[in-house]
Amino acid sequence: MTRVYVSQDMAAVALGADAVAEALANAGADVVRTGSRGLFRLEPLVEVEMPEGRVGFGPVAAADAALVLDGSHPARLGDVAAVPFFARQQRFTFVRCGVIDPLSLDDYEAHGGWRGLAAARAMPPQAAIDAVKASGLRGRGGAGFPTGIKWQTVHDAPGSTKYVVCNADEGDSGTFADRLLMEGDPFCLIEGMAIAGHAVGAERGYIYIRSEYPFAIRTMREAIARAASIVAPFVLEVRVGAGAYVCGEETAMLDSIEGKRGEVRAKPPLPAIAGLFGRPTVINNVLSLAAVPFILSKGGEAYAAIGFGRSRGTMPVQLAGNVRNGGLFETGFGITLGELVMDIGGGTESGRPVKAVQVGGPLGAYFPPSMFDLPFDYEAFAAAGGLIGHAGITVFDDTVDMAHMARFAMEFCAHESCGKCTPCRIGSTRGVELIDRLIAGEDRAADAVERLPQMRNIARGTRPAEEEIELLRDLCDTMKFGSLCALGGFTPYPVLSALDHFPQDFGAAAAPISSAAAE
Amino acid sequence: MNATRNDRSIAGDATHADDYAAVVARLVEDMGGEQTVLLPMLHALQEEFGYIDDLMVPAVASALNLSRADVHGVVTFYHDFRRRPLGRHRVRLCRAESCQARGAAAVERTATERLGLRMGETSPDGRVTLDAVYCLGLCATGPNAMIDDVPVSRIDPATLDRLLGDLMR
Repeated sequence: MTRVYVSQDMAAVALGADAVAEALANAGADVVRTGSRGLFRLEPLVEVEMPEGRVGFGPVAAADAALVLDGSHPARLGDVAAVPFFARQQRFTFVRCGVIDPLSLDDYEAHGGWRGLAAARAMPPQAAIDAVKASGLRGRGGAGFPTGIKWQTVHDAPGSTKYVVCNADEGDSGTFADRLLMEGDPFCLIEGMAIAGHAVGAERGYIYIRSEYPFAIRTMREAIARAASIVAPFVLEVRVGAGAYVCGEETAMLDSIEGKRGEVRAKPPLPAIAGLFGRPTVINNVLSLAAVPFILSKGGEAYAAIGFGRSRGTMPVQLAGNVRNGGLFETGFGITLGELVMDIGGGTESGRPVKAVQVGGPLGAYFPPSMFDLPFDYEAFAAAGGLIGHAGITVFDDTVDMAHMARFAMEFCAHESCGKCTPCRIGSTRGVELIDRLIAGEDRAADAVERLPQMRNIARGTRPAEEEIELLRDLCDTMKFGSLCALGGFTPYPVLSALDHFPQDFGAAAAPISSAAAE
Repeated sequence: MNATRNDRSIAGDATHADDYAAVVARLVEDMGGEQTVLLPMLHALQEEFGYIDDLMVPAVASALNLSRADVHGVVTFYHDFRRRPLGRHRVRLCRAESCQARGAAAVERTATERLGLRMGETSPDGRVTLDAVYCLGLCATGPNAMIDDVPVSRIDPATLDRLLGDLMR
């Protein structure tokens, strides 16, 4: 019986992989369901075990089963790993994704699994922390905080009960690496969390997965059950979110796990000192924890050997939106934005010119093609007025209206604000109103309160667009520095970057002000 | 599977608070009675009855030793928890940036026109609920939708029209 591999990743299923797998099984093939390799243009992708190795075909329709099995299907790719999109990658974290059966312990072990955990458990906790420090690994959720230092803080915090929490609330549009990993190589995340548990002295871990990821929830739960005896005494539990974007913020997530409204906590105290149930808690993103098994098995230096400046190791970049080669591209830091979007991504899928790319999800800045020489690096992006975030890149063609996207950023913030701090709760709504007036090209008349005689310090005339833009910038400033967390604090990134780089979309009034305010 | 759940949810309308308390007691046996199980418990109740009836709130509050305000606050904070039943089918269209970049607005327009519903509404005959979702993590192959429990990518107005036609039949 011919063995074939078909992805059961949610993205592949959404493109018809289940029907393809069924057709292949009906045609007598032995079907193994894997995660996705990560190039969605090829899904549903089928790999057939042949004498020369695994031979890929994609995309494949259910009706093509016979052609695939006899090797004559026209979409024959040969060795999938040799496809340029994959050959150019440096896969440290995603090396098994799309290759193995995600829930097979034998497959995981045969492909290098559990070696990091074995190495960690053979050394004292401090040595494991030192290895993570030496790797230079920084938080992949977006903040870029050094993971080893976070672990050290939890390790040093007094108390016998500590926790490891994995942030798998991947709510940013344009990002899907967490989902891909949880569906394609769940044991890798489990191993990383068990290593973290050993390093900081925690015996219990939670994985908080958003409810929009039903496939990942199912796979992680099953993987946890299968690996329970291997990671024992470390115990893991999946917690399912409930549609609140703000729960991706670490302290809101802790409140949510505790059974409360997902409202952001003021810091300090840091979660590393007083986190879940008031105990010292490591909170790391899926990609940070999934990088750890490599670091422990191959050594921190091997991980740190590639990268750029203070950004060490690899970043699983996600190419999304209107892009030809959308998917997961894991590579060392330092590659330029233009290489990612144009060379690897292949430009827009619509074939029209790229107008803007948004990096880092709904709270990330929009960049024009004139900034495509930016190297992918935490510091370089911060200096350019943006952020890497979770490394999702959403590509837009020239049909996009950037004033509309700026409005959407404010609207999304208003929709998802937890309501705890005023700049985010009120500012986002005022921001939507402001941008609406700019789009409509209406001057704003003074309202009844502003016309009161006792309101001496405010302008009482009609506010023209120039002043509205000034007000929008002022509002963004308040949100950026006055909000409790990144939701209100980073919403100004997409708004201001749209205003700075695409003033023409905001009407004629935007152009002169923006160049003066750019300083 | 969705149909059975919602048939039960219609029966759930007539269920008395005592019955909710019995289900909550069963869940406490399973999960424990600490506050930390509140979200898992609400998910389980919604899975069983299709929505979170206001009458469930006192039962949950007393089982977990919380105030009713605490439980109400949590139910209303999270977008996932519904206080009314859904239609028999649920169509969720992604509205986030990556799907917008691939033409989600046109798909949304088709859906609202074809169903005669605004986003978030259920048809008067209870057949279908139209909802927005902010990202399904399928961001390279949008516009995306979840139709009941099935993810669908690369939707255009024509395919959506066909899919909705299947649901309405």
